[in-house]
Amino acid sequence: MVKEEEDSSNRPDNTAFTQQRLPAWQPILSAGIVIPGFVLIGLAFIGIGVGLFLTSRDIQVLEMDYTGADGSSPCSVCYNLADKNCVCTMSFSIDSLIKGPVFFYYGLTNYFQNQRRYGVSRDDKQLYGDTSNFASPNSECAPYQYISNVPIVPCGSVANSMFNDTFELFKNVNGQSLPVPLDGKGIAWWTDYNVKFQNPNVTPLINAFNGTVRPPFWSKNVYELDTTDASNNGFINQDFLVWMRRAALPDFRKLYRRITDGDYSAGLPAGNYSLKIHYNYPVNGFGGKKKVVFSNVSWMGGKNEFLGIAYLVIGSLCVVMSVVMLIVYAKFKFPEDN
Amino acid sequence: MIRVRNFNNDKFSIYWPALAAANLNWFCDLGVDERRVDNRTIYIGHQSSLVNEDFIPPKFCDNRIVSSKYTVWNFLPKNLFEQFRRIANFYFLIIFLVQVIVDTPTSPVTSGLPLFFVITVTAIKQGYEDWLRHKADREVNKYQVTVLENGQETPKESENIKVGDIVQVKENETFPCDLILLQSTRDDDTCFVTTASLDGESNHKTHYTVPDIERDLKSLNATIECEQPQPDLYKSLGPENLLLKGATLKNTQKICGVAVYTGMETKMALNYQGKSQKRSAVEKSINAFLLVYLCILLSKALVCTTLKYVWQSKPGQDEPWYNKKTQKEKDTNLYLKMFTDFLSFMVLFNFIIPVSMYVTVEMQKFLGSFFITWDKDFFDPEIQEGALVNTSDLNEELGQVEYVFTDKTGTLTQNNMEFIECCIDGFQYKHRGASSELDGFCVTDGPVNKLQQKAGREELFLRALCLCHTVQVKESTEQDQREDNLDQVDGLRIDENVLQPPQKERGFIASSPDEIALVKGAMRYGFTFLGLESKTMKILNRNKDVEMYDLLHVLNFDPVRRRMSVIVRSGSGEMLLFCKGADSSIFPRVRQEEVERIRLHVERNATEGYRTLCVAYKRLSEEEYAQADAGLREARLALQDREEKLLAVYNQVETGMSLIGATAVEDRLQEEAAETMEALQRAGMKVWVLTGDKMETAKSTCYACGLFQRKTELLELTVRTLEDGERKREERLHELLGEYHKRAVQDAPPVKAGGTRVCFASNQDYGFIIDGASLSMVLNSSSESNMRSYKDLFLQICQNCTAVLCCRMAPLQKAQIVKMVKSSKGSPITLSIGDGANDVSMILEAHVGIKGKEGRQAVRNSDYAIPKLKHLKKLLLAHGHLYYHRIAHLVQYFFYKNLCFILPQFLYQFFCGYSQQPLYDAAYLTMYNICFTSMPILAYSLLEQRISIEDLIEDAALYSENAKNAMLRWGLFLYWTGLGAFHGLVFFFGVRFLFSNPALQDNGQVFGNWSYGTIVFTVLVFTVTLKLALDTRHWTWINHFVIWGSLAFYVFFSFFWGGIIWPFMKQQRLYFVFANMLSSVSAWLVIILLILLSLLPEILLVVLRNPRDPHIVPLLVPDKHD
Repeated sequence: MVKEEEDSSNRPDNTAFTQQRLPAWQPILSAGIVIPGFVLIGLAFIGIGVGLFLTSRDIQVLEMDYTGADGSSPCSVCYNLADKNCVCTMSFSIDSLIKGPVFFYYGLTNYFQNQRRYGVSRDDKQLYGDTSNFASPNSECAPYQYISNVPIVPCGSVANSMFNDTFELFKNVNGQSLPVPLDGKGIAWWTDYNVKFQNPNVTPLINAFNGTVRPPFWSKNVYELDTTDASNNGFINQDFLVWMRRAALPDFRKLYRRITDGDYSAGLPAGNYSLKIHYNYPVNGFGGKKKVVFSNVSWMGGKNEFLGIAYLVIGSLCVVMSVVMLIVYAKFKFPEDN
Repeated sequence: MIRVRNFNNDKFSIYWPALAAANLNWFCDLGVDERRVDNRTIYIGHQSSLVNEDFIPPKFCDNRIVSSKYTVWNFLPKNLFEQFRRIANFYFLIIFLVQVIVDTPTSPVTSGLPLFFVITVTAIKQGYEDWLRHKADREVNKYQVTVLENGQETPKESENIKVGDIVQVKENETFPCDLILLQSTRDDDTCFVTTASLDGESNHKTHYTVPDIERDLKSLNATIECEQPQPDLYKSLGPENLLLKGATLKNTQKICGVAVYTGMETKMALNYQGKSQKRSAVEKSINAFLLVYLCILLSKALVCTTLKYVWQSKPGQDEPWYNKKTQKEKDTNLYLKMFTDFLSFMVLFNFIIPVSMYVTVEMQKFLGSFFITWDKDFFDPEIQEGALVNTSDLNEELGQVEYVFTDKTGTLTQNNMEFIECCIDGFQYKHRGASSELDGFCVTDGPVNKLQQKAGREELFLRALCLCHTVQVKESTEQDQREDNLDQVDGLRIDENVLQPPQKERGFIASSPDEIALVKGAMRYGFTFLGLESKTMKILNRNKDVEMYDLLHVLNFDPVRRRMSVIVRSGSGEMLLFCKGADSSIFPRVRQEEVERIRLHVERNATEGYRTLCVAYKRLSEEEYAQADAGLREARLALQDREEKLLAVYNQVETGMSLIGATAVEDRLQEEAAETMEALQRAGMKVWVLTGDKMETAKSTCYACGLFQRKTELLELTVRTLEDGERKREERLHELLGEYHKRAVQDAPPVKAGGTRVCFASNQDYGFIIDGASLSMVLNSSSESNMRSYKDLFLQICQNCTAVLCCRMAPLQKAQIVKMVKSSKGSPITLSIGDGANDVSMILEAHVGIKGKEGRQAVRNSDYAIPKLKHLKKLLLAHGHLYYHRIAHLVQYFFYKNLCFILPQFLYQFFCGYSQQPLYDAAYLTMYNICFTSMPILAYSLLEQRISIEDLIEDAALYSENAKNAMLRWGLFLYWTGLGAFHGLVFFFGVRFLFSNPALQDNGQVFGNWSYGTIVFTVLVFTVTLKLALDTRHWTWINHFVIWGSLAFYVFFSFFWGGIIWPFMKQQRLYFVFANMLSSVSAWLVIILLILLSLLPEILLVVLRNPRDPHIVPLLVPDKHD
């Protein structure tokens, strides 16, 4: 203010940026680009759609409800869980070979694993094998944090409500029931199994759990989940891992076993089967349903009609639109372009 | 030795209206006695404290200027307080606090982090600005000044000046505080000052020293009584001895003055505050949209809360065995639970109102305004300056202007006067370029044989021109030599060709450029004004003789009299009065028989756009002079009603004169004035010229710059047309208004709805002319009802005219007109451009004020300053258009992208038992607006050129595409909202159908809820970014970098975030979710499908609206084109 402006060299910089003259690409979506583009995209989509559709159609799925809510099902006796160790058997037959590898899923409906409170009620530090969190579990685990001041491991609603129905599959051959080997490995994410979940570094494993108590719903301790295989026991039990990965929607299925071994590596051949169910998991309180699913998968995963149809629809829409545009342009635009 | 203690008996007392002073109770001196509350007593040189011991020297504030807001210590609390006073920030703070207190679905970090970011960025920006202010303050406060202490020149820092100090100021320095002038090195005890930084007037003003002061300031022992500081700058710029801080000393080597007001009490500081905030139309739109989104947010939360409790009332749903509640939850009151649920939903959906939008908008405005200052087209080599942006908040308003109010003198015209011709006794003399010799008085229409007789009159006329003025000859001091060809008026260059070589170094200084033009005109015809030395004016006449005249009195120019006079005594003892002034003020005071022949010329010159002045003289006898002299002296010394008394004496003296002739001075149009005006009109703007000048001159300027054209039918509402008939003015006004209204409004074909442009080709153009007197009749009509209707009629007429000329306007009337238009129906955006102090009020009133660079440092009242009028074209047509387009797109895009961000989260509540389960991970919620999608839109909003700058300037009509806030209308807002909703639905349900079988990998494993959210989020980020890419018409490398970079960053971040088990987190929700997703072919396919499905309608619209004209690249307007 006191000084007069003395700086006479305040001429603005003459650079492309300051003068807003940066070289620029100015694309214009003209009909000449868009119409062929649409045709190409449309055709590509139709191609993918057909592929998806056919693939999805080839996937074989066998789905059985075993809730037993309606009384006609063999599992009706177990529905109310009066008997602690209720077992029921479902018989079914397969008309043609379900090509392997066959995946064995269990499914639940109206089960809100995506509830917020439910979802946060877990302690990932515990599950990572951090024994300091064994003594004082994450407070989010409440109401499954302590039982009379003894900490619960693994704590929280998610772990507590782990699915505990177990299944045995038999193939009926000439009146004999031959057990179908079920592979419980490889059903959980590799990273969950190898990194995210870890048993505490204590041998024997049971010592790590001194002074803790198992979740109230559980009949076994976590270190007894699979006593036959140390690599499938404790927190890295794959059934446990599968359960701990919360489903996105209230009607979901989770992978139970893979049928890959021995005679069944090519799939489940046609024939009669019986499924022995150890019915432990209550669903009557919230009106849920339980089911088992046998399915094979393709490169796109399980059976899903949606993708194929959607691709077909969008692809054909693109083609139709390009035709419409062609007509519109032929009528109105092209003459004036010249 | 003088000791002035009485307010009333000497000129030394500061003389200001007592009323205004009485209203101001100042704190500085706490009432020694009653009178001192209104006045302050100042001891010059601090020498008087001995006089009365019981008097405590009053405390005045020091000379520090503090324009900064914060100090290091109070920055944090004060700045935070200020920031949280903004409604948006406060809202986010509340959300954050709710998250901290209540058990909510997302951690406080998700909203705390963006808020922290916003607050930090703003704080840094404000801190930086304050640091600049501190720096400027320091520069001012530490400026070295010379203070006389006991006669010794002591250097001091400016901030240490105390009231009562005697300060010495050299030429071209600014005054460090308000001073009373005690001594000047000029012989006549005057000094010259420009107040450009105070009121924008760059002409030289003369100030006088306090009379009868001893030469030796050391022994001076005196006091000054003056009133307390008051801010009124425009009332008067102080009495003639007061030098204001911020003014600059000119053409005087050195002065000494005593400091009377210092620091924050100076006029400049008192005037510094109080610039009202102007809010842009875009901001208003944002607030309206915000309200809509707030309603959406509230209704979403309400719907979810209601449905939650409806759903829970079904058996088994409320508390299934696998999800037991804690005891605390069970004990909570139902209504309290509902309320916390409602709050939780609010928190969950609060991202729909984007925090980051405010930051981005502010950054866009702040950074965007640099493009104006950087533009080299705005650089004017003459004044070595480019454009200046004072308010970046209004950038986009430049693209919305409907009415342009422009000043004439100095804005449309150059205010660079050139003597064109004169007329003496009815004969026209025209100067014909440099070829004419000194005696080359070219007679164009006078009979040659009368030459002898005429010569006397010619010389008299030229002497009058040489004597009747207040021009100073610039003395050549050392530093003047360097800038000797710079005329000091407005720093404008003297036309070299006009000056004769020997007079080359002669510079003139005057308060009005007209005077210089006249003196130079006389010089061209052989009469050279040599200067004023101790009241003697010297003239070099045609015969190279020096004539001496004693300057007896100057009857100063004032805008009421519109004339000035001098009384001189010639060498032969003859008393002469020369008077020059506007024709209207001279003609009644001269013999009527002389008038007619001159009037013809004056009127013709006026219609040609020249500024005309008439020159008259009168011989005074000794008695007459003695009488006039006595009257003038008496009036000058009067303390009451001095102005009135002086006026009376002036009027009495300036009578019975005889008219000699008239002059015509051309005020040339600014460069490219006509092109600029034409472009503005074609852009659909209405140009109104508001000027204090007379109608003929203004009209001709309007013709010259193309505002009026030949075929334009002029509707005139001036005193002249009003006085046509016999009837009263009021009636005539009523009649004329009615008639014009019928012609311009009712008979004109209705302007197309929505279009603001007047069709030029098809119909009759109307131009409207009104003068100040008529305007005040329209605005202040006697009866209330008439006034309303007159005002409406007037407005309607004006709105249908292509150009409106308002002449003879007072500054306040200019502001009145702007205000009237601004508040008329549809509240159009107005822009005022002007250069002088008299334009300040209208600049402040208008939405956007632009100031030409003439009043250079006074640009602080304007929002934008450009060096020349011609720059207005690019500023509006190119910069304004682009800014508006950019920011409008930015706003719409922001709302859109947050709607399709939050809608899936809302929909997910229907599938998770209304449990406030977030669909996306907290990191994504937080980063979405900050990192993943912020940079591309910022780059777009800074760099986009939908239409190239050249085309915008070329085709002015493109400007009107954005008229009336076109891109932020509700229709378009609905379109964008619909688009956001569509995208949100597509994202959510597309993935929902995919997840009907969550086994998406070829190993049969299933995906969980975080995979669901991540797929939706991936589609979301890609879609909104590609949507912006589709809208981008101008891909610079920066756009490429940020668009593809953002997407790459998203992918990189997701890998990184999910690839590590972060020790600080309780839950590892996203561990390898993203990588797993990418290993699924189905996920890839659905992502591609959904992105394409979302963008398909966009591409279709773009193509179907594809232009015939390459300029009109499709605006995404939902209506069908074909």
